[in-house]
Amino acid sequence: MLEFSIFIAYLVLGVSLVLIFFRLILGPSLPDRVVALEMLATLTVGFIAVYTLSSGVTAFLDVAMVLALTAFLAAVGFARLIAKGGSRDDD
Amino acid sequence: MMIDLLVEILISLFLLTGVGFMFVAALGLLRMPDLPIRLHATTKAGALGGGLLMIAVGLEFFGDVAVAAKAAAIIVFLVLTGPVAAHLIGRAGYFVGVPMWSGTIKDELKGRYDHKTQTLMSPPGLNKTRDEQPKG
Repeated sequence: MLEFSIFIAYLVLGVSLVLIFFRLILGPSLPDRVVALEMLATLTVGFIAVYTLSSGVTAFLDVAMVLALTAFLAAVGFARLIAKGGSRDDD
Repeated sequence: MMIDLLVEILISLFLLTGVGFMFVAALGLLRMPDLPIRLHATTKAGALGGGLLMIAVGLEFFGDVAVAAKAAAIIVFLVLTGPVAAHLIGRAGYFVGVPMWSGTIKDELKGRYDHKTQTLMSPPGLNKTRDEQPKG
């Protein structure tokens, strides 16, 4: 039964990955793409969780931990780049 | 034997709920019309989905302290950093003038932001009431 749930989980996560990639490609502005990247990192953490459940190898949890932190750092860096540098098209 | 089945059902429940929230977050990211609304969809649903998946991992390796600590640390990182990152991106997006959805009813920040110094003025009502207060 758990095997079937894991199969469903992989399936749904794969579909979610495709949806996020569509937003990453379409995204009209740079902040939209940054949001998609952030979501991609969260989804990868979810993938690692499902893989840990299905294989029993717990070593990748460290990767998930570091990934959650570096995604935050990347978001902060992108936000600073968008706010301080680059072109703006307001008013 | 019975307990094993119950634990398996519990883990499956957490797993499928977490994956469902992840899917809802990805769907919202694709379908929502506007940067703040997309942030609203991904930040909360994505963090909740990741947290539920990590709870499922902690239940599968019940009693293993290292795995439980790692799962708890991942949940804390997701919940702690997600809102901060979303706030930063939304703020930066507002600064550079990412177009709002055509159905936006109210933009209370409009005209209140000083784009040079990146500071926010207080809303119009507040200054008025402060000035009207009796002096001394």
